[in-house]
Amino acid sequence: MTSAPARPARITAKKRLGDRLFSGGATTAGALILAMLAAVASFLVLQGVPAVTADPRDMSILAGHENFWTYVWPLIFGTLWSAALALLMAVPLSIGIALFISHYAPRRIAQGLGYIIDLLAAVPSVVFGLWGANTLAPAVQPFYTWLNDNLGWFPLFSGQVSGTGRTILTASIVLAVMVLPIITALCREIFMQTPVLHEEAALALGATRWEMIRMTVLPFGRSGIISATMLGLGRALGETMAVAMVLSSAGVVTFQVLTSTNPSTIAANIALSFPEAYGLNVNVLIATGLMLFAITLVVNSIARWVVNRRKEFSGAN
Amino acid sequence: MSKRIEVNDLDVYYGDFKAVEGVTLTVEPRSVTAFIGPSGCGKSTFLRTLNRMHEVIPGARVDGEVLIDGSNLYGPGVDPVLVRRQVGMVFQRPNPFPTMSIRENVLAGVRLNNRKMAKSEADDLVEKSLQGANLWNEVKDRLDRPGSGLSGGQQQRLCIARAIAVSPDVLLMDEPCSALDPISTLAIEDLIEQLKNDYTIVIVTHNMQQASRVSDRTAFFNIAGTGKPGKLIEFDDTDVIFSNPKVQATEDYVSGKFG
Ligand SMILES: Nc1ncnc2c1ncn2[C@@H]1O[C@H](COP(=O)(O)OP(=O)(O)OP(=O)(O)O)[C@@H](O)[C@H]1O
Ligand SMILES: [Mg+2]
Repeated sequence: MTSAPARPARITAKKRLGDRLFSGGATTAGALILAMLAAVASFLVLQGVPAVTADPRDMSILAGHENFWTYVWPLIFGTLWSAALALLMAVPLSIGIALFISHYAPRRIAQGLGYIIDLLAAVPSVVFGLWGANTLAPAVQPFYTWLNDNLGWFPLFSGQVSGTGRTILTASIVLAVMVLPIITALCREIFMQTPVLHEEAALALGATRWEMIRMTVLPFGRSGIISATMLGLGRALGETMAVAMVLSSAGVVTFQVLTSTNPSTIAANIALSFPEAYGLNVNVLIATGLMLFAITLVVNSIARWVVNRRKEFSGAN
Repeated sequence: MSKRIEVNDLDVYYGDFKAVEGVTLTVEPRSVTAFIGPSGCGKSTFLRTLNRMHEVIPGARVDGEVLIDGSNLYGPGVDPVLVRRQVGMVFQRPNPFPTMSIRENVLAGVRLNNRKMAKSEADDLVEKSLQGANLWNEVKDRLDRPGSGLSGGQQQRLCIARAIAVSPDVLLMDEPCSALDPISTLAIEDLIEQLKNDYTIVIVTHNMQQASRVSDRTAFFNIAGTGKPGKLIEFDDTDVIFSNPKVQATEDYVSGKFG
């Protein structure tokens, strides 16, 4: 070959006004969200760093702790532990309710139930906090005593049972009730999207209704269930008022869920400590906020990774 | 394995709408029966009553009898789930489970029967079913890939493999070739020819040549007008229907003259 063949000009689609406006608008919105995220992150980092680098003795909030990390570790633990307990209760229940609404209930009952779930989502978290501290905690206390007496050998139920019922388990139950509506609503939407074609394929093979759900609805909704769980998790990790009102915390790291010495959570701790914080103490609280931000990022990335791992089997083609 | 189907005076409803009226016919074992007729005359609806898939649609019901080797599918206490394990179905649009691999797709029905299978036994069944569906050579190297990654014709043959893996007595096919090219269509027609040795096959088709090529008996359905129920007009040996039908409407339809 003596000369490279001329590369044909790339044919570009004609740009119409509507396309341009729309793509411009979408790009702007996308950029805006990135900018906001960057602004929040940089605020947290700039304000949080002094708390880590300064001498711990300058910050009264760290009294009794060696440094920032020994202070924040029980909070991180409490945040993750309470959110995990909440999801453990809420996710199976949500999937069950969503399946009931989408595949079992007669249409009229399904609609009513969906409406109640949406209503639950609209209840402010302070109300849940009041309910948790004043009604739920005393109500479950006898049950906690029973658990402790009879299943005390199980590590989670061991220890000195709380007299008020205001334990991390109660806080987690309140959190579970709070994240339930969003997970249920999303799962229901996803389950209803299952192609009839595939449901019928399963039924025609002689699947019972439950087998059909296991073969088509759940695998099909898998990535959606994970996304819904992540949204719920986000809410549980960041929930402030309800936890602050329900939990009697002691800044410890323990898996025991029935005692009155519980780890607090980052968000609740910020809310409770902020009014009296001054000077560098504020930076300490912001630094714990940075930790929460980082945890959320990590958890979400893990979820993305789980969703993408079996992408080609997702049914999205 | 193959069984006789007798239908006695069957009416099929969607809620208050009567879609099919008064069908009586007998499908012989080890034969291929084709259902032909204009769009909307109730072929699919009727076909789905033969494995109780019709009642999956809310409000849908039937009135009448369908006997498979003498026992009524719609008798009291008959479990539709067990009926469907006996009467397999292949749909118009290929519908392999996208969340399963090719191998899992073939095994899906068998796994439902709660049979614990040794791996070697499962391997044999997968090979046998895929070979039965004429697909083995094309997919044997990628059994663990998703079923949705196959071409349309291959997906349809995968669905056939899935249906025959449970060794049903009867195989229902609703326009199995309507989304396929002529070569895949021929492959499936050849397959039907072979499957006939073991199964009772009922196939819905809009393709006259296909009906005359693959079927032994042909049923012609027609509809008097919109909103009216579809009816079985004529049911006879395929060569009689295509060469010497007794009813004028059948003659008009198979020869392409309408109205
Ligand atoms: N899910 C449904 N609900 C209500 N009516 C239905 C439903 N499915 C089909 N019908 C009606 O039942 C009648 C028969 O439909 P069916 O699908 O059985 O026709 P068909 O002969 O298979 O037509 P085609 O050749 O186009 O597939 C039609 O009038 C149709 O509108
Ligand atoms: Mg049809």
